[in-house]
Amino acid sequence: MRAHAVRLGLRRGWTEFVLGLRSSQDQSFYLFTAGLAVGYLYLRRDTVVDDTGLLLPSVALPSILAGLIVFGLVIGPAYSLAMEKEDGTLLRAKAVPNGLIGYFAGQLVLHSASLVPQTVAVLVPSFLLFDDLMAHPSGWFTIVWVVVLGLLATLPIGMAVGALVPSVQKVGMWGMLPVMLLAGISGIFYPIQALWGWVQVVAQLFPMYWMGLGMRSAFLPDSYVGAEIGDSWRTWETVAVLGTWAVVGALVLPALLRRMARRQSGSQVAAAREAATQWVR
Amino acid sequence: MSPVPDQVVDVRDLRMRYGDKDVLHGVDFSIAAGEVVCLLGPNGAGKTTTIEILEGFRDRSAGDVRVLGEDPRRASEGWRARTGVVLQSWRDHARWTPRTLLDQVGGYYEPYGTSERPRPVPTAELLEVVGLVDLADQKIATFSGGQRRRLDVAMGIIGRPELLFLDEPTAGFDPQARREFHQVVHRLADLEHTTILLTTHDLDEAEKLADRVLILAGGRIVADDTAEQLALRASLGVEVKWTRGGERFVHSTDDATDFVRRLLAEPGEPVADLEVRRASLEDAYLDLVQRHESGRADEAARAFTEVV
Repeated sequence: MRAHAVRLGLRRGWTEFVLGLRSSQDQSFYLFTAGLAVGYLYLRRDTVVDDTGLLLPSVALPSILAGLIVFGLVIGPAYSLAMEKEDGTLLRAKAVPNGLIGYFAGQLVLHSASLVPQTVAVLVPSFLLFDDLMAHPSGWFTIVWVVVLGLLATLPIGMAVGALVPSVQKVGMWGMLPVMLLAGISGIFYPIQALWGWVQVVAQLFPMYWMGLGMRSAFLPDSYVGAEIGDSWRTWETVAVLGTWAVVGALVLPALLRRMARRQSGSQVAAAREAATQWVR
Repeated sequence: MSPVPDQVVDVRDLRMRYGDKDVLHGVDFSIAAGEVVCLLGPNGAGKTTTIEILEGFRDRSAGDVRVLGEDPRRASEGWRARTGVVLQSWRDHARWTPRTLLDQVGGYYEPYGTSERPRPVPTAELLEVVGLVDLADQKIATFSGGQRRRLDVAMGIIGRPELLFLDEPTAGFDPQARREFHQVVHRLADLEHTTILLTTHDLDEAEKLADRVLILAGGRIVADDTAEQLALRASLGVEVKWTRGGERFVHSTDDATDFVRRLLAEPGEPVADLEVRRASLEDAYLDLVQRHESGRADEAARAFTEVV
């Protein structure tokens, strides 16, 4: 019965993903974020990065791509869970036998699949506009494992935020803001070594920095490694940190989701509906 | 009192407390298989709380609750499959169409089908029942409130439930949709032997649908009987109206038969447009709730239970 519900959940997630791809709302989100990223790279296409001889798009693209992926994997599920516990989607799942299993399986599929259009929207124009982005074809293999590991590390964080926030309006405070702050200190827009030592330590506790490092190791030539901390790609450390987040996430998340589902009731949905029509509080 | 085995719902001394406010203090009732029971009561009386406890969506503070033989607080997924809940949606699944959504939801009931209760109800049949055939492939986002409610009903009955919960099912329905919904309920009760517990503010609806009416006021069940009996017991008197010599008269009496006999026997001009109106469930309900709210709850409740 559980396996049956998981299969239905996978189909549910796929349906949601396809419906999202067809909606102008989701399309404009993908195009807007990709437009910002590629636009920035294009404006600075002739800038040479100090000491490396590489052009800025080559150096910045992997980091920005990592930042976008983490952003999408945290904010996407956080908003979607926060909204769906208010609008009754979750309650519906709860009213159906094994429906919660299906619902959460669907969420995993939906948000994992959403990586693809987001990544493609950045990569395709970048490869058309800029040269020397991928130093060695084996980098594609590195991208795959970094993204998969990053997905396992960050998706549970996003779902946890969505499960814990009291209302949709609070996702900005508890989801968006921390991710923006982390992006600022994780070497996404400028080298992490430019920051104070303790900030570097904080940044290295979270997946964002390691996603960026992993992506740079995939795209950039080995000659660039001198610009990284310890003159190394620190592949094993990357695996260890992202892996630890993934394991912790997998252990903690089910309890958080169960707690969220247990609290779900019709009156809670009705109250959220009242609140949504009441803008001034 | 120990739970009676053939009762679909059995509630003993149910209590609910939010913070330091008691919402339910000692609710007792039971529902037999196949019954349609309506739970009435003023806003804030605890109707929704009661129904959510029975649905397994809310923990209770104290009391013994059995629904289909299980405690809803710890009920199994198999129990879920045997119950149906009509939820009030407002924004969910906006990008889906009724057909894809019903196919998806119905799938979860497949492992729980039996030969006498095949589950789920086929999507095409369900769309027919709730009158959404023409809208089956339209985005739910484009639906009116009434159309959305039809979809809510479809999702509530898709698992061919043995017990169905309806919390204010026709709020926001136009009269035609309401009539059609009543037909759906009759069909479920008569053809599928579904036990139904509903709440409503529409007393006319309660009178039409319910085999039995429970009135919840001040956290207790203050009345439990058929709509007809409740109206009779309210001892509100009967209103008699008539015209004589072009003049209109109204008189309220406890014994309408005797009054009318004497009225007609009176000499003088003939009586015309005679109308005898017995108190309706609405009169009985309003009287009871009013008496309750003016602090004479116990007296009112006693009056209701002692008369017969």
